[in-house]
Amino acid sequence: MDLKTIIFYVFAALLIFAALRVITARNPVHAALYLVLAFFNAGGLWLTLQAEFLAITLVMVYVGAVMVLFLFVIMMLDIDIKRLRQGFWRNMPLAATLGVLMVAEMALVLSTDYFGPVAFPGTKMGADYSNTRELGRLLFTDYVYPFELASIILLVAIIAAVVLTLRRRKDVKHLDPVQQVAVKHSDRLRVLQMPAEKEGE
Amino acid sequence: MEASVLHFFEWLWGPYWSTLWAWFKPVWPLIWVIMKIVAILVPLLLGVAYMTYAERKILGFMHVRIGPNRVGPLGLLQPIADGLKLFFKEVILPTKADPALYFMAPALAMAPAVAVWAVVPFFDGVVLANLDAGVLFLLAVSSLGVYGVIIAGWASNSKYPFLGSIRSAAQMVSYEVAMGLALVCVLMVSNSLNLTDIVHAQGRGIFADWGVGALSWNWLPLWPVFLVYLISGVAETNRAPFDVVEGESEIVAGHMVEYSGMAFAMFFLAEYANMILVAAMVTVFFLGGWLSPVGFLPDGLPWMLAKMSLMLFLFLWLRATFPRYRYDQIMRLGWKVFVPVCLIWIPVVGVWMMSPFNIWE
Repeated sequence: MDLKTIIFYVFAALLIFAALRVITARNPVHAALYLVLAFFNAGGLWLTLQAEFLAITLVMVYVGAVMVLFLFVIMMLDIDIKRLRQGFWRNMPLAATLGVLMVAEMALVLSTDYFGPVAFPGTKMGADYSNTRELGRLLFTDYVYPFELASIILLVAIIAAVVLTLRRRKDVKHLDPVQQVAVKHSDRLRVLQMPAEKEGE
Repeated sequence: MEASVLHFFEWLWGPYWSTLWAWFKPVWPLIWVIMKIVAILVPLLLGVAYMTYAERKILGFMHVRIGPNRVGPLGLLQPIADGLKLFFKEVILPTKADPALYFMAPALAMAPAVAVWAVVPFFDGVVLANLDAGVLFLLAVSSLGVYGVIIAGWASNSKYPFLGSIRSAAQMVSYEVAMGLALVCVLMVSNSLNLTDIVHAQGRGIFADWGVGALSWNWLPLWPVFLVYLISGVAETNRAPFDVVEGESEIVAGHMVEYSGMAFAMFFLAEYANMILVAAMVTVFFLGGWLSPVGFLPDGLPWMLAKMSLMLFLFLWLRATFPRYRYDQIMRLGWKVFVPVCLIWIPVVGVWMMSPFNIWE
Protein backbone atom coordinates (compact mmCIF):
# COMPACT_ATOMS: atom_id res chain seq x y z
CA MET A 1 0.00 0.00 0.00
CA ASP A 2 1.67 3.22 -1.09
CA LEU A 3 1.39 6.58 0.64
CA LYS A 4 -1.32 7.83 -1.69
CA THR A 5 -3.61 4.92 -0.84
CA ILE A 6 -3.08 5.47 2.89
CA ILE A 7 -3.92 9.16 2.48
CA PHE A 8 -7.01 8.22 0.50
CA TYR A 9 -8.25 5.90 3.25
CA VAL A 10 -7.59 8.49 5.96
CA PHE A 11 -9.52 11.16 4.08
CA ALA A 12 -12.31 8.76 3.13
CA ALA A 13 -12.73 7.48 6.70
CA LEU A 14 -12.81 11.02 8.08
CA LEU A 15 -15.26 12.06 5.37
CA ILE A 16 -17.67 9.25 6.21
CA PHE A 17 -17.33 9.91 9.95
CA ALA A 18 -18.01 13.64 9.45
CA ALA A 19 -20.96 12.95 7.16
CA LEU A 20 -22.48 10.59 9.73
CA ARG A 21 -22.01 13.16 12.47
CA VAL A 22 -23.74 15.80 10.32
CA ILE A 23 -26.99 13.84 10.57
CA THR A 24 -26.53 12.44 14.08
CA ALA A 25 -25.20 15.49 15.95
CA ARG A 26 -27.87 16.88 18.27
CA ASN A 27 -26.76 20.47 18.09
CA PRO A 28 -27.31 22.04 14.64
CA VAL A 29 -24.17 24.18 15.02
CA HIS A 30 -22.08 21.06 15.64
CA ALA A 31 -23.73 19.43 12.62
CA ALA A 32 -22.80 22.43 10.44
CA LEU A 33 -19.20 22.29 11.67
CA TYR A 34 -19.02 18.57 10.87
CA LEU A 35 -20.24 19.45 7.39
CA VAL A 36 -17.27 21.83 7.16
CA LEU A 37 -14.99 18.92 8.10
CA ALA A 38 -16.66 16.78 5.43
CA PHE A 39 -16.00 19.46 2.78
CA PHE A 40 -12.36 19.61 3.83
CA ASN A 41 -11.89 15.89 3.43
CA ALA A 42 -13.66 15.89 0.08
CA GLY A 43 -11.21 18.63 -0.96
CA GLY A 44 -8.35 16.44 0.22
CA LEU A 45 -9.63 13.53 -1.87
CA TRP A 46 -9.74 15.76 -4.93
CA LEU A 47 -6.17 16.86 -4.26
CA THR A 48 -5.04 13.23 -4.44
CA LEU A 49 -6.70 13.08 -7.88
CA GLN A 50 -4.54 16.06 -9.03
CA ALA A 51 -7.64 18.25 -9.25
CA GLU A 52 -6.20 21.07 -7.16
CA PHE A 53 -8.44 23.74 -8.67
CA LEU A 54 -11.62 21.90 -7.69
CA ALA A 55 -10.23 21.11 -4.23
CA ILE A 56 -9.24 24.68 -3.42
CA THR A 57 -12.45 26.08 -4.91
CA LEU A 58 -14.50 23.68 -2.81
CA VAL A 59 -12.82 24.97 0.33
CA MET A 60 -13.02 28.59 -0.79
CA VAL A 61 -16.67 28.61 -1.86
CA TYR A 62 -18.31 26.11 0.46
CA VAL A 63 -16.19 26.40 3.58
CA GLY A 64 -15.17 30.04 3.22
CA ALA A 65 -18.51 31.51 2.20
CA VAL A 66 -21.52 29.18 2.10
CA MET A 67 -20.98 27.51 5.47
CA VAL A 68 -20.22 30.85 7.13
CA LEU A 69 -23.62 32.07 6.02
CA PHE A 70 -25.19 28.76 7.12
CA LEU A 71 -23.68 29.18 10.57
CA PHE A 72 -24.79 32.81 10.57
CA VAL A 73 -28.40 31.70 10.13
CA ILE A 74 -28.28 28.62 12.37
CA MET A 75 -26.76 30.57 15.24
CA MET A 76 -29.48 33.20 15.05
CA LEU A 77 -32.32 30.66 15.13
CA ASP A 78 -33.79 29.76 18.48
CA ILE A 79 -33.79 26.02 17.95
CA ASP A 80 -35.80 23.75 20.20
CA ILE A 81 -34.07 20.41 19.81
CA LYS A 82 -36.91 18.46 21.45
CA ARG A 83 -39.45 19.75 18.98
CA LEU A 84 -37.12 18.94 16.06
CA ARG A 85 -37.01 15.31 17.13
CA GLN A 86 -40.80 14.94 17.30
CA GLY A 87 -42.32 12.73 14.62
CA PHE A 88 -38.99 11.05 13.87
CA TRP A 89 -40.44 7.53 13.89
CA ARG A 90 -43.55 8.61 12.00
CA ASN A 91 -41.49 9.90 9.05
CA MET A 92 -38.88 7.17 9.32
CA PRO A 93 -40.42 4.64 6.83
CA LEU A 94 -40.78 7.20 4.04
CA ALA A 95 -37.27 8.56 4.59
CA ALA A 96 -35.76 5.08 4.70
CA THR A 97 -37.50 4.12 1.46
CA LEU A 98 -36.22 7.24 -0.28
CA GLY A 99 -32.72 6.66 1.05
CA VAL A 100 -32.61 3.05 -0.10
CA LEU A 101 -33.93 4.10 -3.52
CA MET A 102 -31.22 6.73 -3.91
CA VAL A 103 -28.47 4.33 -2.87
CA ALA A 104 -29.81 1.73 -5.30
CA GLU A 105 -29.89 4.25 -8.14
CA MET A 106 -26.36 5.38 -7.44
CA ALA A 107 -25.17 1.79 -7.26
CA LEU A 108 -26.84 1.02 -10.58
CA VAL A 109 -25.26 4.00 -12.31
CA LEU A 110 -21.80 3.74 -10.76
CA SER A 111 -21.44 -0.01 -11.23
CA THR A 112 -21.84 0.21 -15.01
CA ASP A 113 -18.91 0.15 -17.37
CA TYR A 114 -19.11 3.93 -17.88
CA PHE A 115 -17.83 4.57 -14.37
CA GLY A 116 -15.64 1.52 -13.81
CA PRO A 117 -11.87 1.61 -13.39
CA VAL A 118 -11.61 0.73 -17.07
CA ALA A 119 -13.38 3.93 -18.15
CA PHE A 120 -11.29 6.04 -15.75
CA PRO A 121 -7.83 4.52 -15.64
CA GLY A 122 -6.51 7.58 -13.83
CA THR A 123 -3.97 9.60 -15.77
CA LYS A 124 -0.70 10.69 -14.22
CA MET A 125 0.10 14.24 -15.21
CA GLY A 126 3.56 15.79 -15.23
CA ALA A 127 4.73 18.29 -12.63
CA ASP A 128 4.19 21.23 -14.99
CA TYR A 129 0.57 20.30 -15.68
CA SER A 130 -1.76 22.99 -14.40
CA ASN A 131 -5.26 21.82 -13.66
CA THR A 132 -6.40 25.43 -13.29
CA ARG A 133 -5.10 26.55 -16.67
CA GLU A 134 -6.57 23.50 -18.37
CA LEU A 135 -10.02 24.03 -16.83
CA GLY A 136 -9.97 27.72 -17.75
CA ARG A 137 -8.99 26.95 -21.32
CA LEU A 138 -11.79 24.39 -21.71
CA LEU A 139 -14.40 26.61 -20.07
CA PHE A 140 -13.68 29.58 -22.31
CA THR A 141 -13.21 27.68 -25.59
CA ASP A 142 -15.02 24.36 -25.97
CA TYR A 143 -17.67 24.95 -23.33
CA VAL A 144 -18.12 28.70 -23.68
CA TYR A 145 -21.86 28.55 -24.52
CA PRO A 146 -22.85 26.25 -21.62
CA PHE A 147 -20.67 28.42 -19.38
CA GLU A 148 -22.39 31.64 -20.50
CA LEU A 149 -25.81 30.00 -20.16
CA ALA A 150 -25.00 28.88 -16.63
CA SER A 151 -23.85 32.38 -15.69
CA ILE A 152 -27.07 33.90 -17.09
CA ILE A 153 -29.16 31.42 -15.08
CA LEU A 154 -27.20 32.37 -11.96
CA LEU A 155 -27.68 36.06 -12.70
CA VAL A 156 -31.43 35.53 -13.06
CA ALA A 157 -31.43 33.65 -9.77
CA ILE A 158 -29.61 36.51 -8.03
CA ILE A 159 -32.03 39.09 -9.39
CA ALA A 160 -35.00 36.89 -8.43
CA ALA A 161 -33.67 36.51 -4.89
CA VAL A 162 -33.16 40.25 -4.57
CA VAL A 163 -36.62 41.06 -5.94
CA LEU A 164 -38.31 38.47 -3.70
CA THR A 165 -36.75 39.89 -0.54
CA LEU A 166 -36.92 43.55 -1.51
CA ARG A 167 -39.54 45.29 0.57
CA ARG A 168 -39.71 48.74 1.98
CA ARG A 169 -41.24 49.07 5.39
CA LYS A 170 -43.09 52.31 5.86
CA ASP A 171 -42.83 52.48 9.65
CA VAL A 172 -39.04 52.49 9.87
CA LYS A 173 -37.11 55.70 10.15
CA HIS A 174 -34.73 55.21 7.30
CA LEU A 175 -31.24 56.59 6.90
CA ASP A 176 -29.90 57.23 3.45
CA PRO A 177 -26.11 56.86 3.63
CA VAL A 178 -25.69 58.44 0.20
CA GLN A 179 -27.20 61.70 1.43
CA GLN A 180 -25.25 61.46 4.67
CA VAL A 181 -21.95 61.02 2.92
CA ALA A 182 -22.71 63.84 0.49
CA VAL A 183 -23.28 66.38 3.25
CA LYS A 184 -20.91 69.36 3.17
CA HIS A 185 -19.98 71.38 6.17
CA SER A 186 -21.59 74.45 4.63
CA ASP A 187 -25.00 72.69 4.86
CA ARG A 188 -24.72 72.23 8.58
CA LEU A 189 -22.48 74.97 9.86
CA ARG A 190 -22.48 78.70 9.26
CA VAL A 191 -19.41 80.65 10.29
CA LEU A 192 -20.26 84.17 11.37
CA GLN A 193 -17.78 87.00 11.19
CA MET A 194 -18.13 89.33 14.12
CA PRO A 195 -15.77 91.67 15.90
CA ALA A 196 -14.16 90.27 19.00
CA GLU A 197 -14.92 93.35 21.05
CA LYS A 198 -17.79 95.79 21.15
CA GLU A 199 -17.10 98.80 19.02
CA GLY A 200 -16.53 102.15 20.65
CA GLU A 201 -15.38 100.97 24.07
CA MET B 1 20.75 25.81 0.02
CA GLU B 2 19.88 22.23 0.98
CA ALA B 3 23.39 21.04 0.10
CA SER B 4 25.08 23.72 2.20
CA VAL B 5 22.88 22.91 5.21
CA LEU B 6 23.81 19.24 4.86
CA HIS B 7 27.45 20.24 4.58
CA PHE B 8 27.15 22.25 7.80
CA PHE B 9 25.72 19.23 9.63
CA GLU B 10 28.52 17.08 8.29
CA TRP B 11 31.06 19.54 9.71
CA LEU B 12 29.11 19.71 12.99
CA TRP B 13 28.98 15.97 13.64
CA GLY B 14 32.36 15.10 12.19
CA PRO B 15 33.12 11.37 12.22
CA TYR B 16 29.64 10.39 13.48
CA TRP B 17 28.00 11.90 10.43
CA SER B 18 27.97 8.84 8.18
CA THR B 19 26.18 6.72 10.84
CA LEU B 20 23.72 9.50 11.57
CA TRP B 21 23.03 10.09 7.90
CA ALA B 22 22.24 6.41 7.37
CA TRP B 23 19.52 6.77 9.97
CA PHE B 24 18.19 10.15 8.89
CA LYS B 25 18.27 9.82 5.11
CA PRO B 26 14.71 8.42 4.73
CA VAL B 27 13.13 11.21 6.81
CA TRP B 28 15.44 13.98 5.61
CA PRO B 29 12.86 15.58 3.21
CA LEU B 30 10.46 15.86 6.15
CA ILE B 31 13.13 17.40 8.41
CA TRP B 32 14.11 19.81 5.63
CA VAL B 33 10.50 21.01 5.21
CA ILE B 34 10.11 21.42 8.97
CA MET B 35 13.32 23.47 9.05
CA LYS B 36 11.96 25.73 6.32
CA ILE B 37 8.68 26.12 8.21
CA VAL B 38 10.58 27.12 11.35
CA ALA B 39 12.64 29.57 9.31
CA ILE B 40 9.41 31.27 8.21
CA LEU B 41 7.43 31.04 11.46
CA VAL B 42 10.04 32.27 13.93
CA PRO B 43 10.59 35.63 12.18
CA LEU B 44 6.82 35.86 11.67
CA LEU B 45 6.02 35.40 15.36
CA LEU B 46 8.81 37.79 16.35
CA GLY B 47 7.36 40.24 13.84
CA VAL B 48 3.93 39.79 15.40
CA ALA B 49 5.32 40.43 18.89
CA TYR B 50 7.16 43.57 17.80
CA MET B 51 4.19 44.70 15.71
CA THR B 52 2.31 45.24 18.98
CA TYR B 53 5.27 47.27 20.26
CA ALA B 54 5.46 49.26 17.02
CA GLU B 55 1.74 49.92 17.17
CA ARG B 56 1.91 51.33 20.69
CA LYS B 57 5.00 53.42 19.94
CA ILE B 58 3.66 54.83 16.67
CA LEU B 59 0.21 55.52 18.11
CA GLY B 60 1.98 57.19 21.03
CA PHE B 61 3.98 59.33 18.63
CA MET B 62 0.83 60.35 16.77
CA HIS B 63 -0.97 61.16 20.02
CA VAL B 64 2.09 63.10 21.27
CA ARG B 65 2.64 60.56 24.06
CA ILE B 66 5.73 58.48 24.84
CA GLY B 67 4.29 54.97 24.65
CA PRO B 68 5.82 51.95 26.42
CA ASN B 69 9.24 52.87 27.82
CA ARG B 70 9.58 51.00 31.14
CA VAL B 71 10.61 47.42 30.24
CA GLY B 72 14.09 47.33 28.76
CA PRO B 73 15.79 50.11 26.80
CA LEU B 74 13.16 52.20 24.93
CA GLY B 75 10.60 49.66 26.18
CA LEU B 76 11.92 47.09 23.73
CA LEU B 77 11.23 44.14 26.04
CA GLN B 78 7.58 45.12 26.49
CA PRO B 79 6.15 42.44 24.11
CA ILE B 80 8.09 39.74 25.97
CA ALA B 81 6.78 40.97 29.31
CA ASP B 82 3.23 41.01 27.92
CA GLY B 83 3.63 37.50 26.54
CA LEU B 84 4.94 36.16 29.87
CA LYS B 85 2.08 37.79 31.73
CA LEU B 86 -0.51 36.24 29.42
CA PHE B 87 1.13 32.82 29.72
CA PHE B 88 0.73 32.76 33.49
CA LYS B 89 -2.85 34.00 33.58
CA GLU B 90 -5.67 31.60 34.27
CA VAL B 91 -7.75 30.50 31.29
CA ILE B 92 -11.39 30.73 32.33
CA LEU B 93 -14.20 28.60 30.92
CA PRO B 94 -17.65 30.14 31.28
CA THR B 95 -20.17 27.74 32.90
CA LYS B 96 -22.60 27.68 30.00
CA ALA B 97 -19.95 27.60 27.27
CA ASP B 98 -19.45 24.76 24.82
CA PRO B 99 -16.07 23.51 26.12
CA ALA B 100 -14.71 21.76 23.02
CA LEU B 101 -15.56 24.56 20.63
CA TYR B 102 -14.57 27.23 23.16
CA PHE B 103 -11.00 25.94 23.27
CA MET B 104 -10.89 25.10 19.57
CA ALA B 105 -11.75 28.65 18.48
CA PRO B 106 -8.39 30.34 19.26
CA ALA B 107 -6.56 27.55 17.44
CA LEU B 108 -8.94 27.90 14.48
CA ALA B 109 -8.18 31.62 14.36
CA MET B 110 -4.43 31.09 14.57
CA ALA B 111 -3.97 28.12 12.22
CA PRO B 112 -5.07 29.77 8.93
CA ALA B 113 -3.14 32.92 9.82
CA VAL B 114 0.13 30.97 9.82
CA ALA B 115 -0.78 28.32 7.21
CA VAL B 116 -1.18 30.96 4.50
CA TRP B 117 2.52 31.83 4.75
CA ALA B 118 3.29 28.58 2.93
CA VAL B 119 2.71 30.27 -0.43
CA VAL B 120 4.11 33.74 0.25
CA PRO B 121 7.25 34.29 -1.85
CA PHE B 122 9.99 36.31 -0.15
CA PHE B 123 12.43 36.24 -3.00
CA ASP B 124 12.83 34.47 -6.31
CA GLY B 125 12.45 30.82 -5.32
CA VAL B 126 12.42 31.50 -1.57
CA VAL B 127 8.96 30.13 -0.88
CA LEU B 128 7.86 27.07 1.06
CA ALA B 129 5.40 25.81 -1.59
CA ASN B 130 5.56 27.33 -5.05
CA LEU B 131 1.94 26.42 -5.80
CA ASP B 132 0.59 26.82 -9.29
CA ALA B 133 -2.74 27.95 -7.83
CA GLY B 134 -1.13 30.06 -5.11
CA VAL B 135 -3.68 32.87 -5.27
CA LEU B 136 -6.55 30.41 -4.86
CA PHE B 137 -4.84 28.75 -1.89
CA LEU B 138 -4.33 32.15 -0.35
CA LEU B 139 -7.99 33.16 -0.78
CA ALA B 140 -9.23 29.77 0.44
CA VAL B 141 -7.11 29.56 3.56
CA SER B 142 -7.42 33.19 4.56
CA SER B 143 -11.20 32.90 4.29
CA LEU B 144 -11.08 30.22 6.99
CA GLY B 145 -9.91 32.71 9.60
CA VAL B 146 -13.50 33.81 10.16
CA TYR B 147 -14.35 30.44 11.73
CA GLY B 148 -12.22 31.19 14.77
CA VAL B 149 -14.18 34.38 15.39
CA ILE B 150 -17.62 32.88 14.72
CA ILE B 151 -17.03 29.79 16.84
CA ALA B 152 -15.51 31.85 19.66
CA GLY B 153 -18.57 34.09 19.70
CA TRP B 154 -21.05 31.24 19.65
CA ALA B 155 -19.24 28.89 22.04
CA SER B 156 -18.89 31.62 24.69
CA ASN B 157 -22.68 31.59 25.06
CA SER B 158 -22.75 35.26 25.93
CA LYS B 159 -24.34 38.32 24.37
CA TYR B 160 -21.46 40.55 23.31
CA PRO B 161 -19.30 37.77 21.86
CA PHE B 162 -22.30 36.57 19.88
CA LEU B 163 -22.96 40.04 18.45
CA GLY B 164 -19.29 40.31 17.57
CA SER B 165 -19.25 37.00 15.77
CA ILE B 166 -22.39 37.80 13.79
CA ARG B 167 -20.89 41.12 12.75
CA SER B 168 -17.62 39.55 11.72
CA ALA B 169 -19.34 36.83 9.66
CA ALA B 170 -21.23 39.44 7.65
CA GLN B 171 -18.24 41.75 7.29
CA MET B 172 -15.70 39.13 6.22
CA VAL B 173 -17.99 37.51 3.66
CA SER B 174 -18.78 40.92 2.16
CA TYR B 175 -15.20 42.09 1.83
CA GLU B 176 -13.95 38.77 0.50
CA VAL B 177 -16.10 39.37 -2.57
CA ALA B 178 -14.45 42.72 -3.23
CA MET B 179 -10.99 41.27 -2.55
CA GLY B 180 -11.54 38.35 -4.91
CA LEU B 181 -12.81 40.62 -7.69
CA ALA B 182 -9.84 42.97 -7.20
CA LEU B 183 -7.49 40.03 -7.60
CA VAL B 184 -9.19 39.03 -10.87
CA CYS B 185 -7.68 42.18 -12.45
CA VAL B 186 -4.22 41.25 -11.15
CA LEU B 187 -4.59 37.73 -12.53
CA MET B 188 -5.66 39.09 -15.91
CA VAL B 189 -2.62 41.31 -16.34
CA SER B 190 -0.09 38.82 -14.97
CA ASN B 191 -1.61 35.79 -16.71
CA SER B 192 -0.87 33.47 -13.80
CA LEU B 193 -2.14 32.26 -10.43
CA ASN B 194 1.39 31.72 -9.17
CA LEU B 195 2.57 34.42 -6.75
CA THR B 196 6.18 34.30 -7.97
CA ASP B 197 5.03 34.74 -11.57
CA ILE B 198 2.83 37.67 -10.54
CA VAL B 199 5.87 39.45 -9.10
CA HIS B 200 7.94 38.66 -12.20
CA ALA B 201 5.19 40.01 -14.45
CA GLN B 202 5.46 43.37 -12.67
CA GLY B 203 9.17 43.61 -13.47
CA ARG B 204 8.44 43.91 -17.19
CA GLY B 205 7.23 47.04 -18.98
CA ILE B 206 8.28 50.29 -20.61
CA PHE B 207 9.07 51.97 -17.30
CA ALA B 208 11.10 49.00 -16.12
CA ASP B 209 13.18 49.28 -19.30
CA TRP B 210 13.72 52.98 -18.57
CA GLY B 211 15.04 52.10 -15.13
CA VAL B 212 12.06 53.23 -13.03
CA GLY B 213 10.55 49.84 -12.25
CA ALA B 214 8.32 51.31 -9.53
CA LEU B 215 6.07 52.77 -12.23
CA SER B 216 5.54 49.45 -13.99
CA TRP B 217 4.24 47.70 -10.88
CA ASN B 218 0.54 46.94 -10.75
CA TRP B 219 -0.38 49.80 -8.41
CA LEU B 220 -0.25 52.39 -11.18
CA PRO B 221 -2.25 50.80 -14.03
CA LEU B 222 -4.63 49.14 -11.57
CA TRP B 223 -4.91 52.11 -9.19
CA PRO B 224 -8.64 51.82 -8.29
CA VAL B 225 -8.29 48.07 -7.74
CA PHE B 226 -5.21 48.66 -5.59
CA LEU B 227 -7.21 50.97 -3.33
CA VAL B 228 -10.08 48.49 -3.16
CA TYR B 229 -7.73 45.65 -2.23
CA LEU B 230 -5.89 47.70 0.37
CA ILE B 231 -9.06 48.89 2.12
CA SER B 232 -10.69 45.46 1.90
CA GLY B 233 -7.55 44.04 3.44
CA VAL B 234 -7.92 46.37 6.41
CA ALA B 235 -11.58 45.38 6.72
CA GLU B 236 -10.72 41.66 6.41
CA THR B 237 -8.34 41.87 9.36
CA ASN B 238 -10.94 43.71 11.47
CA ARG B 239 -8.59 46.63 11.99
CA ALA B 240 -9.63 50.20 12.72
CA PRO B 241 -11.55 51.95 11.17
CA PHE B 242 -13.44 48.71 10.40
CA ASP B 243 -13.07 47.13 13.85
CA VAL B 244 -16.80 46.95 14.65
CA VAL B 245 -16.28 43.27 15.48
CA GLU B 246 -14.45 44.20 18.66
CA GLY B 247 -15.53 47.82 19.00
CA GLU B 248 -14.87 48.42 22.67
CA SER B 249 -17.39 51.23 23.02
CA GLU B 250 -20.25 49.11 21.66
CA ILE B 251 -19.64 45.43 22.40
CA VAL B 252 -16.62 45.55 24.76
CA ALA B 253 -14.23 43.29 22.82
CA GLY B 254 -16.60 41.29 20.64
CA HIS B 255 -15.76 37.62 20.32
CA MET B 256 -12.91 37.84 22.83
CA VAL B 257 -14.92 39.04 25.85
CA GLU B 258 -14.96 35.71 27.68
CA TYR B 259 -11.40 34.70 26.84
CA SER B 260 -8.46 35.24 29.13
CA GLY B 261 -4.76 34.48 29.30
CA MET B 262 -3.16 32.64 26.39
CA ALA B 263 -6.48 31.87 24.67
CA PHE B 264 -7.07 35.62 24.45
CA ALA B 265 -3.50 36.17 23.27
CA MET B 266 -4.02 33.68 20.43
CA PHE B 267 -6.72 35.89 18.90
CA PHE B 268 -4.37 38.84 19.06
CA LEU B 269 -1.50 36.89 17.52
CA ALA B 270 -3.81 35.77 14.72
CA GLU B 271 -4.97 39.34 14.08
CA TYR B 272 -1.43 40.69 13.85
CA ALA B 273 -0.24 37.75 11.74
CA ASN B 274 -3.13 38.48 9.38
CA MET B 275 -2.15 42.13 9.28
CA ILE B 276 1.41 41.26 8.29
CA LEU B 277 -0.03 38.84 5.72
CA VAL B 278 -2.21 41.52 4.14
CA ALA B 279 0.84 43.80 3.97
CA ALA B 280 2.80 41.00 2.25
CA MET B 281 -0.07 40.38 -0.16
CA VAL B 282 -0.43 44.03 -1.13
CA THR B 283 3.33 44.04 -1.69
CA VAL B 284 3.26 40.94 -3.89
CA PHE B 285 0.17 41.82 -5.91
CA PHE B 286 0.61 45.56 -6.40
CA LEU B 287 4.00 46.80 -5.19
CA GLY B 288 6.30 44.45 -7.05
CA GLY B 289 7.28 42.13 -4.20
CA TRP B 290 11.07 41.94 -3.90
CA LEU B 291 11.70 44.00 -7.07
CA SER B 292 13.79 47.12 -6.75
CA PRO B 293 11.97 50.38 -7.54
CA VAL B 294 14.92 51.73 -9.55
CA GLY B 295 17.06 50.02 -12.14
CA PHE B 296 20.49 50.67 -10.60
CA LEU B 297 19.80 48.91 -7.28
CA PRO B 298 19.58 45.09 -7.08
CA ASP B 299 16.33 43.26 -6.26
CA GLY B 300 16.20 41.54 -2.91
CA LEU B 301 14.47 40.57 0.30
CA PRO B 302 15.10 44.01 1.94
CA TRP B 303 12.79 45.62 -0.64
CA MET B 304 10.02 43.16 0.23
CA LEU B 305 10.42 43.83 3.96
CA ALA B 306 10.61 47.59 3.41
CA LYS B 307 7.39 47.61 1.39
CA MET B 308 5.66 45.44 3.98
CA SER B 309 6.77 47.79 6.75
CA LEU B 310 5.43 50.74 4.81
CA MET B 311 2.04 49.03 4.49
CA LEU B 312 2.01 48.09 8.19
CA PHE B 313 2.82 51.69 9.10
CA LEU B 314 -0.10 52.73 6.91
CA PHE B 315 -2.41 50.41 8.88
CA LEU B 316 -1.32 51.97 12.17
CA TRP B 317 -1.66 55.44 10.67
CA LEU B 318 -5.23 54.61 9.59
CA ARG B 319 -6.04 53.50 13.11
CA ALA B 320 -4.72 56.74 14.59
CA THR B 321 -6.52 58.91 12.02
CA PHE B 322 -10.01 57.63 11.29
CA PRO B 323 -12.99 57.19 13.60
CA ARG B 324 -14.77 53.82 13.51
CA TYR B 325 -17.14 53.26 10.60
CA ARG B 326 -20.81 52.82 11.33
CA TYR B 327 -21.95 49.27 10.57
CA ASP B 328 -24.40 50.08 7.75
CA GLN B 329 -21.75 52.26 6.12
CA ILE B 330 -19.27 49.38 6.18
CA MET B 331 -21.79 47.20 4.35
CA ARG B 332 -22.55 49.99 1.89
CA LEU B 333 -18.86 50.56 1.17
CA GLY B 334 -18.24 46.87 0.53
CA TRP B 335 -21.24 46.04 -1.61
CA LYS B 336 -22.23 49.29 -3.27
CA VAL B 337 -18.85 50.94 -3.84
CA PHE B 338 -16.06 48.35 -4.00
CA VAL B 339 -17.88 45.58 -5.87
CA PRO B 340 -19.09 47.91 -8.65
CA VAL B 341 -15.64 49.54 -8.92
CA CYS B 342 -14.07 46.12 -9.45
CA LEU B 343 -16.81 44.97 -11.82
CA ILE B 344 -16.23 48.06 -13.98
CA TRP B 345 -12.44 47.84 -13.87
CA ILE B 346 -12.38 44.17 -14.99
CA PRO B 347 -13.89 44.94 -18.47
CA VAL B 348 -11.79 48.11 -18.68
CA VAL B 349 -8.62 46.05 -18.19
CA GLY B 350 -9.96 43.43 -20.60
CA VAL B 351 -10.52 45.98 -23.37
CA TRP B 352 -7.18 47.60 -22.56
CA MET B 353 -5.39 44.28 -22.94
CA MET B 354 -7.06 43.63 -26.30
CA SER B 355 -6.35 47.15 -27.61
CA PRO B 356 -3.06 48.25 -29.28
CA PHE B 357 -2.20 50.15 -26.06
CA ASN B 358 -1.68 46.90 -24.15
CA ILE B 359 1.25 47.43 -21.76
CA TRP B 360 1.37 43.87 -20.42
CA GLU B 361 2.73 42.08 -23.48
